[in-house]
Amino acid sequence: MAKVHVTTTINGEPMEFLCEPSDTMLDALRGPLALTGSKEGCASGDCGACSITIDDRLVCSCLMLAVESEGHEIRTIEGLAQGEKLHPLQQKFLEMAALQCGICTSGMLVASDALLKKNPDPSEEEVRFWLAGNLCRCTGYDKIVRAVMETAAEMRAN
Amino acid sequence: MTELRYLAPDTLDEAVGAFAKAGSAARILAGGTDLLVQMRSGVLKPGVIVDIKKIPEVTAIEQTADGGFRVGAAVSGMALAEHETFGKVWPGVLEAVNLIGSKQVQGRASAGGNLCNGSPAGDSVPAMVAAGAIVTVQGPDGRREMKVEDVPAGPGRTNLKPGEILVSFTLPPRPPGSSDAYLRMIPRTEMDIAVVGCGVSLTMKDGIVTAARIGLGAVAPTVLLVEDAANALIGSKLDDAALAKAAAACSAACRPIDDKRGTIAYRVKVAGVLLKRTAAIAAQRATQKN
Repeated sequence: MAKVHVTTTINGEPMEFLCEPSDTMLDALRGPLALTGSKEGCASGDCGACSITIDDRLVCSCLMLAVESEGHEIRTIEGLAQGEKLHPLQQKFLEMAALQCGICTSGMLVASDALLKKNPDPSEEEVRFWLAGNLCRCTGYDKIVRAVMETAAEMRAN
Repeated sequence: MTELRYLAPDTLDEAVGAFAKAGSAARILAGGTDLLVQMRSGVLKPGVIVDIKKIPEVTAIEQTADGGFRVGAAVSGMALAEHETFGKVWPGVLEAVNLIGSKQVQGRASAGGNLCNGSPAGDSVPAMVAAGAIVTVQGPDGRREMKVEDVPAGPGRTNLKPGEILVSFTLPPRPPGSSDAYLRMIPRTEMDIAVVGCGVSLTMKDGIVTAARIGLGAVAPTVLLVEDAANALIGSKLDDAALAKAAAACSAACRPIDDKRGTIAYRVKVAGVLLKRTAAIAAQRATQKN
């Protein structure tokens, strides 16, 4: 079967890769692109562990074909920190222990970042509804929601 | 997975040509939030995927010359939510579209996909039916228009002909005093499939309903337009007697199934309850604007 050549931008860097037409974006990220921060949880769009953005829009990379990234801007969890400097959300998740096993964490961070870019001052209800597509089976969500709220408050102050 | 070809044409003519040529092996890709799940689970093994998102007409939201809206079939729920005026004119359609899945799903999923997926429980469909939306489809024999309620044929099936692609929804201009609403009953607060969904569109003048359309979902093999319920409301002040008559008409229209989400008896009853609640929201919005 002929592989497809895809040209895209990932975390600001021009990227090219080869994939099968049926590969998902998550397959491409974790395979040829070796960006394994995005996790596969359910592979059916329910858990959000594979969250990425395409042209700044939050999506599940398991529900998108890799070939669909042609010509678009993809951002993944690997693009959140600036070099060694963690993003305020990452720092706050660490400080407030908003993770346990960590499988959901990259998806939570990517989704939360997308929320704060759209709405720097979300209510707790808005955070909870926004993160309804990100499942966590360890922390019970409270710590995650509080970490997002605190990060938002700090980012607004700075 | 067997041999799969991916095509992403720039024009509808090319898309229709490729889709028709590939026959039953082909599937249209809009947001992909249903298609990819079906492929992954092995339910579907398409030979050709025609991605329609590079076709401008299919991804555009336009205001029509008469003051209506034309929404491309592949416009995502998030894109519709971000439109400056759409949600002000059609708040019920927007809230229905924005109930489909998580924010991640919203970033991809479209009303066109929701309709073509053929689920009796698709959230956007009863709201589009209530809105009186007309769909434009294009196929090997050219273009035609259909009422949105004529598109579903049964669970997972539509009345589109082989090779036809859903292009857009056209929503009519709104007279003053018009609004709409959509409510669904689910056992949780978010991320679930409707047990009953109800869309109501009203036009009111001096407190009296002058026009009404009602769509009901998840209570029959296809989404229903319930004209008897609308007729019970037209000419009324939405008083208890009129609402009771409309609710009874909704319950009478139901032909639901028993499943893990709800029994037949429950769905029939809830259809009437939801009609009353949804009509109240639509009326409040319609009169607010005056």
